Amino acid sequence: MSAVSDLHHDDHHHDQPKGLTRWLTTTNHKDIGSMYLIFSFLMFLVGGVMALTIRAELFQPGLQFVKPEFFNQMTTLHGLIMVFGAIMPAAVGFANWMIPMLIGASDMAFARMNNWSFWLLVAGASLLVMSLFMPGGAPAAGWTFYPPLSVQGGMGVDFMILSVHILGISSIMGSINIIVTVLNMRAPGMTLMKMPMFCWTWLITAYLLIAVLPVLAGCVTMLLMDRHFGTSFFNAAGGGDPVMFQHIFWFFGHPEVYIIILPAFGIISQVLPVFSRKPLFGYHSMVYATGGIASMSFMVWAHHMFDTGMPAIGQLYFMYATMLIAVPTGVKVFNWLATMWRGAITFETPMLFAIGFLILFTLGGFTGLILSVAAVDIQLHDTYYVVAHFHYVMVAGALFSFFSGAYYWLPKWTGRMYSETLGKVHFWASMIFFNLTFFVQHFLGLAGMPRRIPDYPLQFADFNMISSIGAFGFGLSQLIFVWVVIRCLQGKGKAAPASPWESAETLEWTVPSPAPHHTFEVAPIVK
Amino acid sequence: MRQNRGWGGKGLLASALALCPWLAWAEYATNFQTPQSPIARQIYDLHMIILYICVAICVVVFGVLFYSLYAHRKSRGVKAAQFHESLTVEVIWTIIPFIILVLMAIPATKTILDMKDTSRPDMTIKVTGYQWKWHYEYINEEIGFFSTLKTTLAEIENRAQKQERYLLDVDNPLVVPVGKKVRVLLTANDVIHAWFVPALGVKQSTIPGFIRDTWFLAEKEGIYRGQCAELCGKDHAYMPIVVKVVSNTEYTAWIADQRKKLAAQQDDPNKVFAKEELITRGEKVYTANCAACHQANGKGGNGIPALDGSPVVRGAKAEQQTVLLKGRNGKMPAWAQLSNADLAAVMTYTRNSWGNSTGEVIQPKEFQEHRKTLGL
Amino acid sequence: MAKVQASPSSYYVPGPSYWPIQGSLALFLFALGSVTSMNDYPWGKFVMFAGLALIFHMMWGWFSEVIRESLDGKYSKRIDISFRWSMAWFIFSEVMFFAAFFGSLLYVRWITLPALSTFDQHAFQNLWGAFGGVWPSAGPIGSERFAPMEAWGLPALNTLILMVSGLTLTWAHWGIVQGKKTRTVVGLALTVALGATFLYCQATEYMHAYSHMNLKLTSGIYGSLFYIMTGFHGLHVTIGAIFLLVMLVRAMKNHFTPQHHFAFEAAAWYWHFVDVVWILLFIVVYVL
Ligand code: HEA
Ligand code: HEA
Ligand code: HEC
Ligand code: CUA
Ligand SMILES: [Cu+2]
Repeated sequence: MSAVSDLHHDDHHHDQPKGLTRWLTTTNHKDIGSMYLIFSFLMFLVGGVMALTIRAELFQPGLQFVKPEFFNQMTTLHGLIMVFGAIMPAAVGFANWMIPMLIGASDMAFARMNNWSFWLLVAGASLLVMSLFMPGGAPAAGWTFYPPLSVQGGMGVDFMILSVHILGISSIMGSINIIVTVLNMRAPGMTLMKMPMFCWTWLITAYLLIAVLPVLAGCVTMLLMDRHFGTSFFNAAGGGDPVMFQHIFWFFGHPEVYIIILPAFGIISQVLPVFSRKPLFGYHSMVYATGGIASMSFMVWAHHMFDTGMPAIGQLYFMYATMLIAVPTGVKVFNWLATMWRGAITFETPMLFAIGFLILFTLGGFTGLILSVAAVDIQLHDTYYVVAHFHYVMVAGALFSFFSGAYYWLPKWTGRMYSETLGKVHFWASMIFFNLTFFVQHFLGLAGMPRRIPDYPLQFADFNMISSIGAFGFGLSQLIFVWVVIRCLQGKGKAAPASPWESAETLEWTVPSPAPHHTFEVAPIVK
Repeated sequence: MRQNRGWGGKGLLASALALCPWLAWAEYATNFQTPQSPIARQIYDLHMIILYICVAICVVVFGVLFYSLYAHRKSRGVKAAQFHESLTVEVIWTIIPFIILVLMAIPATKTILDMKDTSRPDMTIKVTGYQWKWHYEYINEEIGFFSTLKTTLAEIENRAQKQERYLLDVDNPLVVPVGKKVRVLLTANDVIHAWFVPALGVKQSTIPGFIRDTWFLAEKEGIYRGQCAELCGKDHAYMPIVVKVVSNTEYTAWIADQRKKLAAQQDDPNKVFAKEELITRGEKVYTANCAACHQANGKGGNGIPALDGSPVVRGAKAEQQTVLLKGRNGKMPAWAQLSNADLAAVMTYTRNSWGNSTGEVIQPKEFQEHRKTLGL
Repeated sequence: MAKVQASPSSYYVPGPSYWPIQGSLALFLFALGSVTSMNDYPWGKFVMFAGLALIFHMMWGWFSEVIRESLDGKYSKRIDISFRWSMAWFIFSEVMFFAAFFGSLLYVRWITLPALSTFDQHAFQNLWGAFGGVWPSAGPIGSERFAPMEAWGLPALNTLILMVSGLTLTWAHWGIVQGKKTRTVVGLALTVALGATFLYCQATEYMHAYSHMNLKLTSGIYGSLFYIMTGFHGLHVTIGAIFLLVMLVRAMKNHFTPQHHFAFEAAAWYWHFVDVVWILLFIVVYVL
């Protein structure tokens, strides 16, 4: 045995490349995880600036800053960049850093391919951003790019299509890597049912990704063919159907939203028990609930299409199926509550964000439930109510949980304690401005304000103004986070002990902070 | 002690409720528009039921959460319990939500079935979405017209005071009689749009190449407004829907009136117009139909070719006629639905405006003939 | 929950490598090149081919490295399991890719065409005149007549070819397991040849369709679906055949042992997957 580990030693402790080369060629899961996290945060800023452009234009009725066609490009790119460039890669970043450490593995199963996944992400995201500078501008048919509108668009749409292909390849490889790591690289004794919840949610997320990204690839391929090679997939004149596009898109799109939220659930399940000083309640039912959410997510897609005119039986089926997802999601929420119940709770920043998540995600879930009722959705579809719904689940859901996770693991990543004061300010500012921005959008939607418009009738003016003020506040608040992280990276702040949280029990806290470049080269034995 | 804890929880709850925006901002529109049709009312009530159930669940869930945050915080010196499993509670909190959902689904099902029941209408109207206007056709009345935004560019660009009905006013509203079940057939000419009138409880996407249907019955006379609700390109914000609900007698009168107007508009196909006449008429047609893309100054832009200086406009007549009647490459719409006189006018206008000065005059008859050669 | 203790690990983690970054750059150029050439930029295709060349170079280099590592004995049993899992999940992703097209075909036949040709459901109005919506259809405006592909000619022969190739491949596998090299080599060579024959027949069929049947990519929804489904399948056969060809060369170089030959098995799994997709295609696209 020792012969093997010697050999293994030679191979990756030989000279570590320096500078840029290190990042271009690295096969180390921590390096790659850091790159994912930093890159996704940069994309969040880019997408955020686009959101601010949207909100600035909507500050008042009338056209002030941008032309309608540019506004549509901003909406489209904002959605695409936030979903594919910010939230999903951030989740992969967490997976890269934490999964090997949580299960006691030395690295990801395919370390070289891991690097490829990351750099493909950069390639894909660059294509997406480049589309802005093409003749005819960026794609402007919304992040759902429904044909025939997307067939009308210019070269930017082709950039987007190819970018989706590349991002898809990147995510599929990343997901295969994660699945294989979880299934095959666990330390002795780390059975599946002992694995930290985050590994479980990612295992299931990766499965979802592998199942639906190829479908999206097929979908955009057909769109590309319709645009350039004279096919008629989505064109009634040739016997095709624009609504078919929507079915295929949402067959991907709905599981996609759980792809966004499941890793977030995982992080919350790591954080809540630690700061409640009590084990996670109902571990088994959490696993089953996650599996339930994932399998049901394939059967509900057409709730995004209630107004396309499907027969009553279709509306009823998709309504019932969608409503049912509230059950396993509810199980998760209740288990989290039970975890906190009779614990000994402290309110460090990760915990604050986790609690913020719990409240706001539940609100977003409820508005989702209201949307799932087909008759009500007929009034609310494509209004700001939907915009409010998905920002509650994606910003206050996914993003907040990533902040929670970032604060929780920053000491492990950087070896420094973040500033608790700044962290708390970040939380409260985010919490207040988030609600200022998005709560009022419910009212706008109920009153009938359509989404994706650069200009609106006067009755919507007040709430839009509030929302825009909130958005700028929310954006500025994120700069606090940038500051907190930079301080840690610069080595300012208290040095972090191996385990700064008193009741954290997972494996990553057994190694020093910052985590050394290679951990668990000798697998721990878990009892 | 226990008593106290309980009160703490309730106090938090009470203050949360007091902050509840519904109560504080009563004068703002924070709910659906007042329903004006049976379906809109059903939806309104359905939404209220579900909302109240959700609020009730929230009160319970957040009540527990805040109580726990208050009572089980470490700074009070509590010691953490270590329980972490209970099959009983898991089963309970699986079954109770399920039952609540079934209860919600029952009224929802009824509303959906009513909403989808388009049988036995009193009248039928066909709605066609265009980039960026609506076309209405009264199926049995042989009346049809376009309905476009009335708000001026100056208002949009903040060069003029915005009217009260900013972005919600059109030149020709859809007129329907009160208390009649109106079936709406919907399709589109170019991309997907959605026909949305909140107060009447209708929203339906219009899908090019397919016909979908929905219905409404307006209970009160009045004017109801809505907007296109599916992203359809740059002027998606600028294609409102206005439905004018009138009494039966008014409606009959309106129909008669429309018929007369249409008859007057029906030009004699053989009529020969003077150049000036065509150009003035052509400018109107151009502003209403073409300027959205090719711009008032004929310069186009953003992937849309300029007509000013275009080889097609300056070249052979037949080619431009074909482009106008059949559209091109799926990007330039077909305009066969315009009358020959309008087409002749707009073509004459394009050939004699901006930098174009071919001096040519196109007469309606030429379009009549060209339609035949194209087999239209 | 966890206590750290020593336990030897033997999972080989490769060192820094330039292949991935080259692969990313390559795909980026390929995408950029294809987009620009589709939009009529004359230089687009050069960028595209540069990208392709880089991709092939990367694959050659990367796979060579993997083969070297494998021959050096760096791959433990555990890594072998990783490879198995990853290949299985990769094939699953391919299944889902084809599922999108099968789904589209069924959707068009069951939902779209009836909706385009119904008169009564939406009374009064029918947008497309007397369009009957009978499959195979080029849609209401696809006026040019075409002949649909007949199942029981070349396509049936092709089905047979692929099924036989599945058998020869299994025969080759037995060769490895029993350490009979000649059998492996002959079996693989036969399989590759059958794959090539399949592709040849497919190309003939396409040519025939274009020149005699007026069945083109642009022949409405039937043409679109026919070519995209058979086309992507053909691409996968090509990839599979190249994969097998590499295995043939490696078999000749004695790379495989009865215990240790996952690369061969991966190729075989892939080939069987392509085989199954064809049978489904044959039924859904040609026969039904
Ligand atoms: C993270 C992403 C995420 C998540 C988790 C969800 C979760 C849910 N979503 Fe949402 N959704 C989106 C992202 C997400 N959504 C996006 C991006 C869009 C718009 C896309 C676009 O058009 O651009 C959208 C749109 C959308 C629509 C279409 C609206 C429209 O366009 O007309 C619908 C309709 O059914 C819907 C429903 C739901 C439901 C029922 C859930 C459920 O999973 C929620 C379940 C949770 C709860 C219900 C709360 C907790 C439960 C309890 C406390 C138990 C007790 C509860 C009861 C008994 C009721 N969503
Ligand atoms: C997870 C994904 C995600 C995230 C994080 C966000 C974040 C935000 N979103 Fe977005 N959004 C979507 C996903 C997301 N969104 C999607 C999918 C759509 C649908 C698109 C479509 O219709 O096709 C959408 C659409 C959408 C709309 C509707 C647009 C329309 O219909 O036309 C609006 C409008 O208010 C909006 C606002 C915001 C705001 C204010 C934020 C904020 O949270 C952003 C905050 C971040 C920053 C602001 C950047 C950081 C700060 C700086 C760089 C410093 C500089 C700051 C200042 C000077 C103040 N989003
Ligand atoms: C929805 C946008 C739109 C509207 C409205 C529109 N056009 Fe066009 N038009 C286009 C586009 C796009 C093209 C280029 C088509 C192509 O790519 O082949 C075009 C091309 C043309 C051309 C050919 C120009 C050339 O140089 O090739 C003419 C002439 C023309 N349009 C006239 C009109 C007239 C007259 C009207 C009004 C009755 C009109 N268009 C309305 C979008 C529009
Ligand atoms: Cu028409 Cu939006
Ligand atoms: Cu959904």
